[in-house]
Amino acid sequence: MTSIGTGYDLSASTYSPDGRIFQVEYANKAVENSGTAIGLRVKDGVVLAVEKLIHSKLLVSESNRRIQTIDKHVGLATAGLLADGRHLSNRARDEAASYREHYRSAPTLQFLVDRVGLYVQAYTLYSSVRPFGCSTILGAVDETGPALFIVEPSGVSYGYHGAAVGKGRQLAKTELEKLKFSELSLREAVMEAARIIYLVHDDAKEKDFELEMTWVGSETNGVHLPVPQDLFNEAARKAKEALENFE
Amino acid sequence: MFPLTRADSFAQRNDDAFDAYGTYPLHQRAPHKDVFAEGVQHTQQPIVTGTSVLAIQYKDGIMMTADTLASYGSLARFKDVSRLHPVGTSTIVGASGDLSDFQYLQSRLDQLVTDEFTHADAHDLGPAEVHEFLSRVLYGRRSKMDPLWNSVLVGGFRDGKRFLGYVDLLGTTYSAPSIATGYGAYIAIPILREAVDGRQDKLSESDAKAILHDCMRVLFYRDARSIDKYQLATVTADGVHVSDAQPLDTSWGFAEGIRGYGAQTQ
Repeated sequence: MTSIGTGYDLSASTYSPDGRIFQVEYANKAVENSGTAIGLRVKDGVVLAVEKLIHSKLLVSESNRRIQTIDKHVGLATAGLLADGRHLSNRARDEAASYREHYRSAPTLQFLVDRVGLYVQAYTLYSSVRPFGCSTILGAVDETGPALFIVEPSGVSYGYHGAAVGKGRQLAKTELEKLKFSELSLREAVMEAARIIYLVHDDAKEKDFELEMTWVGSETNGVHLPVPQDLFNEAARKAKEALENFE
Repeated sequence: MFPLTRADSFAQRNDDAFDAYGTYPLHQRAPHKDVFAEGVQHTQQPIVTGTSVLAIQYKDGIMMTADTLASYGSLARFKDVSRLHPVGTSTIVGASGDLSDFQYLQSRLDQLVTDEFTHADAHDLGPAEVHEFLSRVLYGRRSKMDPLWNSVLVGGFRDGKRFLGYVDLLGTTYSAPSIATGYGAYIAIPILREAVDGRQDKLSESDAKAILHDCMRVLFYRDARSIDKYQLATVTADGVHVSDAQPLDTSWGFAEGIRGYGAQTQ
């Protein structure tokens, strides 16, 4: 890292001479060290899946969730610093509640993403704060249909058909690009999501992981819920089988 | 008059009438007036109102009914308003009294349920919790001398148990196998107690429907703020279901025989 020692990386409020903000790039590094999170947007819904790395056998299973519920119809998956992700999801919940208070209707995901993006960006402006060390994938089914976005540490947000952040994002993206999102059913998307998470997990390097999966769409009546246990088990089983055939 | 020289001040020392400091008359404040007394007004009467809500326990859960009229005084102002509001997956709330206050309660309850849902901790609110919440809100408001002008029924079915409770604008609560608010408390309660109390475990869904239908018809005949269109809600192990508005069957043939009012000559 050539930037180290130059003094331009000490604050998020300082540009380097070539126009970069190193603190934001370091925040992206924090995201790259984290377990992969993906999202799939298909015609009748959205699936979120996370590879949650287990750093200790002493942890209670299914603790430290990385997929949160923001509103009835909105889910948020994070990669990066867990606590930063939780802070952002709290903010997103407040935004959603405030929208409902003002307009007496469910917020669109575009609205929430804009607000969360604005909030994240504000943390790239001052020397007294540090940018968020997490990328968030937001998924929902709203009045515009299924929607999927990523908000990055810089505050920029983009909409996606298939989204991937974290350690295994490159491989995950390659796999996502092979899918035909306009033809997949929600159930098929669950299978694919599980398969990709199992695929990108590198068990040579990493310890154990837990798969976390939620969905929202026609199957859930437009409500963001964990994938039901039987479907989850089926998806995990098929994912493991696919992994053996893959290699 | 202020002493200008030492000589002047000596000269005036014996002038008892001179009041150099203006100590008389004693200063008096303007009479105290509460500037907010007219600015902040609290609810003193309901405006757009709904009439009775009835609810009973029966074999599979609870059943609740209310007509669809919103009155503006004695004017039948809105004829297709729902006064039954599902909360979560196992509770129904029905309200009589001020409908804007009820709409406020609806939004409070929706916020509460959404908030609870986003925790995603496998806990949710049942009828007992909703009833307790409403009782605290209503009692809190009456203690501010600014009541929410409603009588509210909360019914539900959870963990194999029925729940039916009442709470009103004073924060008064009670539970019973059959409850009615408003005019229904006078007219429907005797019918309901006769038909329901002690028989909750035997009443079938169709029995319960028939009992409430009868009460709604009697109320429509007697209550001048009612309408012949009502909704039925059931809460059972299968969840909450609120019916579409349905008409009441009424017969007015007896009116022919009435003498002593109106235009008849004989």
